Amino acid sequence: MSSETKNTVSTVKVTIDNITIDVPAGTTILNAARMIGGDVTPPAMCYYSKLEGSGGKCRTCLVEVAAGSAADPRPMPKLVASCRTGVMEGMVVKNITSDKVKEARAGVVEFLLLNHPLDCPVCDQAGECHLQDLGYEHGKEGTRYEFERRTFEKEDIGPYIQLHMTRCILCYRCTYVADQLTDNRVHGILDRGDHAEISTHISKAIDNNFSGNMIDVCPVGALTDKTFRFKNRVWFTKPVYAHRDCPDCCGKVTLWQRGDEVLRVTARKDEWGEVCSYEGKPGWICNTCRFDKKSASDWVIEGPANINRHSVISQGHYTGLQKPKETLPEVMGGRAPKLMMDIHDVSEVNKIELSQLPGAATGNDFNSPAAKEA
Amino acid sequence: MGRKLLLEKAHVAGITTYEVYRREGGYRSVEKALKSMSPDQVTEEVKKSGLRGRGGAGFPTGMKWGFLAKPEGVPRYLVVNADESEPGTFKDRYLMEFIPHLLLEGMITSSYALGSNRSYIYIRGEYVWVAEILEKAIDEARANGWLGKNILGSGFDCDIYVHRGAGAYICGEETALLESLEGKRGNPRIKPPFPAVKGLWGCPTVVNNVETVAAVVPIINDGGEEYAKIGIGKSTGTKLISACGNINKPGVYEIDMTISVEEFIYSDEYCGGIPAGKKLKACIPGGSSVPILPANLLLKTAKGETRMMTYESLADGGFASGSMMGSGGFIVLDDSQCVVRHTYSLARFYRHESCGQCSPCREGTGWMEKILWNIETGKGKLSDIDLLWDIQRKIEGNTICPLGDAAAWPVAAAIRHFRDEFEWHVLHPDEAQQRNYGLMHYADPIHVPQPVMA
Repeated sequence: MSSETKNTVSTVKVTIDNITIDVPAGTTILNAARMIGGDVTPPAMCYYSKLEGSGGKCRTCLVEVAAGSAADPRPMPKLVASCRTGVMEGMVVKNITSDKVKEARAGVVEFLLLNHPLDCPVCDQAGECHLQDLGYEHGKEGTRYEFERRTFEKEDIGPYIQLHMTRCILCYRCTYVADQLTDNRVHGILDRGDHAEISTHISKAIDNNFSGNMIDVCPVGALTDKTFRFKNRVWFTKPVYAHRDCPDCCGKVTLWQRGDEVLRVTARKDEWGEVCSYEGKPGWICNTCRFDKKSASDWVIEGPANINRHSVISQGHYTGLQKPKETLPEVMGGRAPKLMMDIHDVSEVNKIELSQLPGAATGNDFNSPAAKEA
Repeated sequence: MGRKLLLEKAHVAGITTYEVYRREGGYRSVEKALKSMSPDQVTEEVKKSGLRGRGGAGFPTGMKWGFLAKPEGVPRYLVVNADESEPGTFKDRYLMEFIPHLLLEGMITSSYALGSNRSYIYIRGEYVWVAEILEKAIDEARANGWLGKNILGSGFDCDIYVHRGAGAYICGEETALLESLEGKRGNPRIKPPFPAVKGLWGCPTVVNNVETVAAVVPIINDGGEEYAKIGIGKSTGTKLISACGNINKPGVYEIDMTISVEEFIYSDEYCGGIPAGKKLKACIPGGSSVPILPANLLLKTAKGETRMMTYESLADGGFASGSMMGSGGFIVLDDSQCVVRHTYSLARFYRHESCGQCSPCREGTGWMEKILWNIETGKGKLSDIDLLWDIQRKIEGNTICPLGDAAAWPVAAAIRHFRDEFEWHVLHPDEAQQRNYGLMHYADPIHVPQPVMA
């Protein structure tokens, strides 16, 4: 009996868009919706589950609470930020089934894009920008804003990171990174309202060893990696999982390669665009791994990264490829070309015949025993 | 002559000094509370008085005090919100400037009821001289044994600190105020948790307006029931109204919430009518963020009843035909005023004061300001009016704190009641630069539909 009582206390039943799910008590509506997954999940631009205190600001995750709880089934008077509202037993939430929510969300998307430059073709974040996805999924085709957008000068905050405040949507995630990951915060929000800006205090350089993580948490192209900026479009690069023994961080990363060149190193992201966790700990990576280890030989490569099929990055899928006819031996009169190096020695990825795989290659294709034999 | 409870002694010579204030009967409520009442009895008196928060929302103070969590071993705080920055509101400044000891007396009594050993006055940074007056008064009170350890031998310790703001309107929002008091950026917190559970430094906190805390003094002196006899219905006691705009006698008036709006504007005891033979066009009865009303709806409700200076009567009809008591900033506009221009300057204010934390308010306030500027300068389009309406609707209710609502309401009300003036601005752009729209029909009697007899 007592264990039963315990169970009822520790999980609560919540209904989101007519789907009922049991979740641990204290879960937020957003996280409950993420457990269901799919279209039921509200978008989130400022909430980041690994950063304490984040969320509540962008208002894209607003949902309607049609019944507060089983004990008090009154609806909540206003739309609530699902990322900061806890679930209650018997709560009924409406997300995509609520017209009010859809309208408010379209409004928020319009507000977010109001002062954001619509120049994705020249922005380095394009292809992995959350605001781009949000605008695509929830926005309108045009803007009603007829005025000049606010602009700022680009600013170098430290040797590795460039801040382009014009693109910032003030989600505050990077300030939480600075607060919670580094021991000495030197940047924050200056000024207020639509002229608020992220900046360091009197152009101080950010040189903390974990500062690079603010690039990973930035949902837009406001904070970019200076070692990667404008080197390549993200969808032309090949994301692969790799690891190394790092004394400072977990060492588990995604390498973004073009050929064998490592163009960029980032932390691994989960399906919500957040840094993956390992044994309950967020997999933040240190600046040494991110900025200094730019050679494939620094890393043990595990295999291609899991990329959502809807992402433009997965466009370089490998199925149905026609191998071009090998003409080189013919040209060279039957002689094989002398290899400068054997590509198979450099990267394990090359040991798999990608054109034989039925779908997009995943890490599993490379980790299976058959793959290892090949 | 209305009854005065707060400002009765405000003009006695030297009342800012402790000696005169004490001679005039000051600090009696502290004596009464500490010597003869338990903290719960003080709270009970405040509940009985029906006192409602004077800062704008009008929430019953006794109930707010009742919500205060009282965990063992955790300090509790009383914070007085003196960050009075609403355009049109200057009643707290008057009270603190002329009779500072009244606020301190109310604070000590309230601190005793709430169990706060350290209470704070968060004062607007621009009130430099007022902060100095308060600090001098605190020193005097401490020197005379009203603050410090073991006050009046009751075993109750209390001290009061004045904290100056740095010039942000948003810090008048209670959770932003607490953030600022903690030394952080003044961004409103996401509620829940409410300050009554987790406020200053994570401890249970009550944030009250200056006037609310001062009103505790007459409540304890005369008893809550006596206080509740003044006023109409749930609007008990007296209210300070800071009247400004096109009136003969701008200033701070204490009213006992039994008079009509018409009497307040035209009687010689209060505003003294509108100067230079002009006519009443519109009024914002409760500080810049509450809806503006045209003259006809201001003096009479949509049902044809006389509108009174009470919380209920001013809100009669909801936002469709009513307004709010708000913080008591009574702004009167005569027929030479332009509502479009006026709405623009309010939109400019809210754009400047938005903290920039949540997107609807940060982006929406700036957008509204720009559109209003276009309309005001003759570059507007008719579709802009509908656009404004749509923007304010998407801000209202979708933000973390009430500043979003406060920015949306004035625009909404101006369009709701003065749409033809906006249209005139758009359709006659050149003329609108030369002259104002004038009174037009805004003071015409409203048609009240009568029930049809069978």
